[in-house]
Amino acid sequence: MEASNKKVREIISDRYKYGFETAVSSETAPKGLNEDIIRFISDRKKEPKWLLDFRLKAYRHWLTMAEPHWGKFSYPSIDYQDIYYYAAPQGQKIQSLDDVDPEILKTYEKLGIPLEEQKVLAGVAVDAIFDSVSVATTYREQLKEKGILFCPMSEAVREYPDLVRQYLGSVVPYTDNFFACLNSAVFSDGSFVYIPKGVRAPLELSSYFRMNAKNAGQFERTLIVAEEDSYVSYLEGCTAPQRDENQLHAAIVEIVVKDRAEVKYSTVQNWYPGDENGRGGIYNFVTKRGICHNHAKLSWTQVETGSAITWKYPSCILKGDYSIGEFYSVALTNNCQKADTGTKMIHLGKHTSSTIISKGVSAGRSDNTYRGLVKIAAGADQARNVSRCDSLLIGDKCGAHTIPVMTCGNTTGQIEHEATTSKISEDQLFYAESRGLNPEQAVGLIVNGFCREVMQKLPMEFAVEAQRLIGINLEGSVG
Amino acid sequence: MTKETLLEIKDLHACVGEKEILKGLSLTIPMGEVHAIMGPNGSGKSTLSNVIAGHPAYEVTGGQILFKGQDLLAMTPDERANSGVFLAFQYPTELPGVGTALFLKTALNAKRRFQGFPDLDAVGFMKRLKPRAQALGITDDMLKRPVNVGFSGGEKKKLETFQMAFLEPDFCILDEMDSGLDIDALRTVSEAVNVMREAHRSFLLITHYQRLLDYIVPDYIHIMVNGRIVDSGDKTLALKLEEKGYEDYK
Repeated sequence: MEASNKKVREIISDRYKYGFETAVSSETAPKGLNEDIIRFISDRKKEPKWLLDFRLKAYRHWLTMAEPHWGKFSYPSIDYQDIYYYAAPQGQKIQSLDDVDPEILKTYEKLGIPLEEQKVLAGVAVDAIFDSVSVATTYREQLKEKGILFCPMSEAVREYPDLVRQYLGSVVPYTDNFFACLNSAVFSDGSFVYIPKGVRAPLELSSYFRMNAKNAGQFERTLIVAEEDSYVSYLEGCTAPQRDENQLHAAIVEIVVKDRAEVKYSTVQNWYPGDENGRGGIYNFVTKRGICHNHAKLSWTQVETGSAITWKYPSCILKGDYSIGEFYSVALTNNCQKADTGTKMIHLGKHTSSTIISKGVSAGRSDNTYRGLVKIAAGADQARNVSRCDSLLIGDKCGAHTIPVMTCGNTTGQIEHEATTSKISEDQLFYAESRGLNPEQAVGLIVNGFCREVMQKLPMEFAVEAQRLIGINLEGSVG
Repeated sequence: MTKETLLEIKDLHACVGEKEILKGLSLTIPMGEVHAIMGPNGSGKSTLSNVIAGHPAYEVTGGQILFKGQDLLAMTPDERANSGVFLAFQYPTELPGVGTALFLKTALNAKRRFQGFPDLDAVGFMKRLKPRAQALGITDDMLKRPVNVGFSGGEKKKLETFQMAFLEPDFCILDEMDSGLDIDALRTVSEAVNVMREAHRSFLLITHYQRLLDYIVPDYIHIMVNGRIVDSGDKTLALKLEEKGYEDYK
């Protein structure tokens, strides 16, 4: 291994005679993307050869693909040679909270995040980060007693290579789509979760713990494997607003749910949405998919309030008989944000069922699209789906769109779709204001009421923060 | 000793769209008094209550409203509420998904913040909530339901009265409180209002019928016709009205 690494390094430094030396010492690959960069990433992460091959295969395939532009939003073509794919520079080194953008601190304060945590989130206090690492470790030990594996993906690749190799790309193949393919080539880190047969995870697993230990990259890759009769609830994302200097965030989440197992996956996404004129912000182009075996259940819950563009469709492949897929979503857009999100429920097994509840809230000049696919395959006898898509408009410059696609290839299949669009009425606002609520409080309360059905699916502490986030993200939407 | 004035309306003009509804209305309500406004349909009674509370659909084109000596028309609806104005709506609006208890807690804490007090915690909130809810027959189940959603007409009116009792405003406008209430409910609601009658609190009752005034006895009655107060008197005025109708005032 060491020998091949050395060789890789030689090849790389041969290509990049100038400047690369320093780059190596600072653990930073130069801007841009080519096979050498991928080798560099793989080498830095001390990955086995099969994974490097996986990445290279993905990269070569990616070169043949075209950037998709079919979403209900437009974005300028991304210059993929203008992105750092490994250890992107942090900008100036942050020493104390005084160096942090006061805007960020203000938002943290609004969220009620304690100072120590603020430091961690802003990447300030090294000791605090170390503290968190130790917290995460104790936590992991506790899980390990039950045989649950929960660690960063890069560590899993080294410590549980067989498991990772077996499942990586098994649900989202590298050929799946442009951004999934890019992720497969350059993924930085992410979480690996393995729940053994018959084990119920005793606590909710959260990437929050880990994120303190390691700054999340733009190309995370998460893999969850729930063996037969197991259960896990996984929470993704930090509820604090993360201002990412990078523009593109192309992640993958793959979930394997074996017979009679259940996985709940909850996301609260609040990446930087750009300013009120639509400058800056994250392109959140994410592929999330799970496969359910017999009697298995996968439940996606998402609250999407951030990002300039959100483009994601957490999906369920209901392969096993009697398997269940659920998708509960709140997507909130304000100012110039665009959200094009929904789900795919692919019914392959007999007696499979799926539920979709989507709540879209649009304010400002934003656009909010629900895009979904419900497909009942020929062999899926007695499959059922119920979908409900509700849109709420605030003001008269925003848009709500619902694009459901339903195909039923089996005469015993049942698909129901219901959709509503409403506006917050002047009378509702006035009623709340006449009780002393200011317009923002009133809108926040009404919007949270509109989303309640989905919010209730979130774990308690997550739900409280998600509610607060909705209030914060609606600021400036009335008046 | 003359009582201190709580609300003073001077030559008020207000429009909805192009149409002028209030045409030079003047009214003074001292502290601790109950005033009733009666008038035929379309005389502008509900417009008056909406204008006092600050509904954005009504445009004030002239005149003045002073509340505790301050310019009420310069305040936003929430500022008016937090300063002590409360409107019990004739047709309360539904707020789907917004739990009633949460709504009340948010409203109460908004008022407390406005007055410079800290937020009330869950225990303090329940202590304040329970006895008032019981008095009006508001059940725990109703408090869990979204505001006004799935409530019967009578329940909505009770909820309005309950919110008023809970928020303890200084000036209460009851817009057609009696409409849609059966006799038992009317008694319950009136009792809740009577309990609240205090030296520092005033009421404005808007009603069509004398019946409500048997339960809540006003200090003064005003007759409103075509956007103005055309007659004022004590409670005997209502009896006269019951007999003769509004014909004499037209």
